[in-house]
Amino acid sequence: MKNLVKDYDIVVVGAGHAGCEAALAGARLGLKTIMFTVSVESIALMPCNPNVGGSSKGHLVRELDALGGEMGKNIDKTFIQSKMLNCSKGPAVHSLRAQADKRAYSNAMRKTLENTENLTIKQGEVTKLLVEDGHITGVKTYSGATYNCKAVVLCTGTYLKARCIYGDVSNYTGPDGLQAANYLTDSLKELGIEMFRFKTGTPARIAGNTIDYSKMEEQFGDERVVPFSFSTDPEDVQIEQKSCWLTYTNEKTHEIIRANLDRSPLYSGMIEGTGPRYCPSIEDKVVRFADKNRHQVFIEPEGLYTNEMYIGGMSSSLPEDVQEEMYHSVPGLENAKIVKNAYAIEYDCINPRQLYPTLEFKKIKGLFSGGQFNGSSGYEEAAAQGLIAGINAALEIKGQEQLILDRSEAYIGVLIDDLVTKENHEPYRMMTSRAEYRLLLRQDNADLRLRKKGYQVGLVSEEDYQKLLTKEREIKAEIERLEHTNIGNTEPVQKLLEQYKSTPLKSGTTLAELIRRPELSYEAIASLDKERQELPWDVKEQVDINIKYDGYIRRQLKQVEQFKKLEARKIPEDLDYEQIGSLRIEARQKLEAYHPISIGQASRISGVSPADISVLLVYLSSK
Amino acid sequence: METTIAAISTAMSASGIGIVRISGEDAMEVISRIYRSKGGKKWIKEVPSHTIHYGYIYDEEELIDEVLVMIMRAPRTFTGEDTVEIDCHGGVFAMKRVLETVLKNGAEIAGPGEFTKRAFLNGRMDLSQAEAVMDVIQAKNEYALRSSIDQLKGSVQKAICDIRKKIIYHIAYIESALDDPEHISLEGYPQELLEVVDKEQLEIKKLLKSSSDGKMIQEGIQTVILGKPNAGKSSLLNLLLGENRAIVTDIAGTTRDILEEYITLHGITLKIVDTAGIRETEDIVEKIGVDRAREMAQKADLILYVVDSSVPLDSNDEEIMSMLNGKKAIILYNKTDLKAAIEIDRLREKAGHPVIPISAKEETGITELEEKIKDMFFGGELSFNDEVYITNARHKAALEEADKSLDLVRNSILGGLPEDFFSIDLMNAYENLGKILGESVGEDLVNEIFSKFCTGK
Repeated sequence: MKNLVKDYDIVVVGAGHAGCEAALAGARLGLKTIMFTVSVESIALMPCNPNVGGSSKGHLVRELDALGGEMGKNIDKTFIQSKMLNCSKGPAVHSLRAQADKRAYSNAMRKTLENTENLTIKQGEVTKLLVEDGHITGVKTYSGATYNCKAVVLCTGTYLKARCIYGDVSNYTGPDGLQAANYLTDSLKELGIEMFRFKTGTPARIAGNTIDYSKMEEQFGDERVVPFSFSTDPEDVQIEQKSCWLTYTNEKTHEIIRANLDRSPLYSGMIEGTGPRYCPSIEDKVVRFADKNRHQVFIEPEGLYTNEMYIGGMSSSLPEDVQEEMYHSVPGLENAKIVKNAYAIEYDCINPRQLYPTLEFKKIKGLFSGGQFNGSSGYEEAAAQGLIAGINAALEIKGQEQLILDRSEAYIGVLIDDLVTKENHEPYRMMTSRAEYRLLLRQDNADLRLRKKGYQVGLVSEEDYQKLLTKEREIKAEIERLEHTNIGNTEPVQKLLEQYKSTPLKSGTTLAELIRRPELSYEAIASLDKERQELPWDVKEQVDINIKYDGYIRRQLKQVEQFKKLEARKIPEDLDYEQIGSLRIEARQKLEAYHPISIGQASRISGVSPADISVLLVYLSSK
Repeated sequence: METTIAAISTAMSASGIGIVRISGEDAMEVISRIYRSKGGKKWIKEVPSHTIHYGYIYDEEELIDEVLVMIMRAPRTFTGEDTVEIDCHGGVFAMKRVLETVLKNGAEIAGPGEFTKRAFLNGRMDLSQAEAVMDVIQAKNEYALRSSIDQLKGSVQKAICDIRKKIIYHIAYIESALDDPEHISLEGYPQELLEVVDKEQLEIKKLLKSSSDGKMIQEGIQTVILGKPNAGKSSLLNLLLGENRAIVTDIAGTTRDILEEYITLHGITLKIVDTAGIRETEDIVEKIGVDRAREMAQKADLILYVVDSSVPLDSNDEEIMSMLNGKKAIILYNKTDLKAAIEIDRLREKAGHPVIPISAKEETGITELEEKIKDMFFGGELSFNDEVYITNARHKAALEEADKSLDLVRNSILGGLPEDFFSIDLMNAYENLGKILGESVGEDLVNEIFSKFCTGK
């Protein structure tokens, strides 16, 4: 029997948010790339919530965009509502979230992929990895075809041995009834890769014309929309927006749930996977937070192509009849018709500590992975990893130095470092509290932090890069000017201060000092600043933030300096920890299992003490 | 570029002279902030390397000690870094205060084995010594960890745990609200947090005071009473306690470990631990007691072995005597009021430790025992576990950091800064308090958020 044999540089397995970014990065960097998907209809599918961004996830998208990824541009083209969250809080936690038209999102991404040079889209299931002497050499598909390649990026999402469950109904399918991938896990296990089984869930979708919105609070988008992408013209995103709706569960809802808990597969033991604590099913919420008499329910449109609404906050795996009763107990949903039932989904993923921070497997050269396959959760987390994995697969083939973002450079760095360094027992979600240098890692300065890296990698155009350099110059010059422009306690000054309830000046000061006052800002003192030139809004924003939070920013920069020192101390890949007698046994085992790339990474592994780090430093410098 | 570290680098004893060593880039900076020469004119930063200077250490305006300061600039120093050694004259207490002053002025307390580590990393030691250096670091670390936890009073541990619990709850609250702004509101929250900060800071200040008074950790000569059942151990303890009313007081409102008592003899503090009688036994509960006694004996600075002179020696006594090997011990030949079954001279010969005849019942021999302990201490035979001072200084530095962090939180609240700024400094406070308990932050916050607040879609 003769089978098809083809040659590529990069094979990407999966066409979800990670797979799309990986494939685009590979192809855009000039490598012959093929992307496999079980169904081309599922490209860039959003099988759960119909939005992109949100707290800390919005940061990821902005960073990905700065590096030359696609998600930001794609959502700018297809959003139907947008909101900057946390506007009343500090700039570090401002976060953009946009409601997507799911189908438009998927189609726009598909179009981009189709129009990308060097990129082939192929419907089919990859069943086996081909590895020789610890190097990846290709993949085999279900049809028996062989695709030889130099690198593989696995982005299988929730499809590996996927099983969807509600009540006692269980289907061996991927999300939305799509075909699962049932063979690849075995191939991975044969290669000695350690697997986990995780679980997640999604709420019901309800026909919009059966909802009584008069019993709900309307949630509008922002009046002035900020785009996700640094390349999008802000004028292009000022569109007419759709609303979301807010309602609440009540005691009756909770009673229905409590009365039927024994029929939940979660509690009956039918589901064995580990679920995320941050995205609990409604039955979990009712059990774990028994004292709360209501939970928020967020009704979000799935898109303009349908009247289906996503019932945010009420994911569930209860039986169909209970779901019906439970949703109907919520104000506004009394007569709602359920189009799609809520379900839980179980899938295989890896223990990500088997990866380097480049997202390459330590044991198999040329094998990379990203997304939910790595034990994360969320579209944005997936896309960010897919991008990094794709970039590094390409750089490796080109023989160039790989891209690693550290914890002081990007949320993406925090995300990947957490995945590959910490013990993960549930799908990992990004949170701003996970970033220790978050005052530096803001969504507003993602371009200033990462554009240059994207340019060096080759994903950011010359034009975009020049724009960045201009922005940098303008910011610097303006800050300099404000720091050195003195101002006396003249009458107009005192009057303005009074107007803002700010303490009057006793003696002269600088304009920058005035901006630092909490009640004032760059805009507020405009009338006192005679020499001010008109600057772009994003330059003004940076000037304001950098002057205002100067003290805090400098403190964090100092911590970063300390942090960088340890990151810079590299550990040789082949270090044999068994040789270091003075390490405690626990530390030795952990270090052996993780093989950290730097002293910094080693210091973050749980079970490795500061003394072990000292021992390691002494050992390394004696070699 | 490394941090600047400091520690007491001589063993603490009653001799009263010891050295505080500072090493690192800022060593000269630190000493210039706290040193004053006799005439007040000498600019210590400018003096030539490897010279000694007479003068005083000041903590702001308070005179701490009269000292000799040795200035040694890199690279010809033990660590290869700028090094200052302060030769303190004012006794144990002053030395402690000098170290604290150094820490307050820019140095960090040295980690276990850190001077040696730096010497090695800066090429001041032969590469072949790597193995030995690594062993020293690990051994010292284990010792420090053990002593840190052993020495921390139960009540203090609890107080710190309580403060940390409060702080992490509030960080988690803020973070949940940032994570899920449409769900959790921070309306009016800053005012509430301000009250929490005030309250917890008060608790920290109390701990700081007790650490200054030396009451936070259990200082004193670790003294263990051993003996067979009914040898008279408890009577001895009662007698010592009864005669010496100066029991070291604990932090108010806390219960005391019933096994431990503090007494002061001629200004020397003993921490006395009474143990279960030692005999071979099959009884599990009793066995645990015996094992614990053995463990305590191993850690002790001084062992008081009570022998019932009216009963012949047996295998249990042999067992106890084996525990005295290599230890400072005094044997108490008790019950002299009864007919002797053991010859005192034979016992002295056999045990190889001083023997003092007493009668706990008749209350005789106690003065001799006290004299003996005093002689041993001032003769330099007995000393404190000097790690105690290091631990105390480390704890104090951590408390001060936590205190400062809470000050910053207050400033941020009063300055009207957004809530996300609060949690950064709250986290610093949490982290520093954790250092005292030997706990790192790890996943504490994420766990707290998920367990206390219902967030998520």
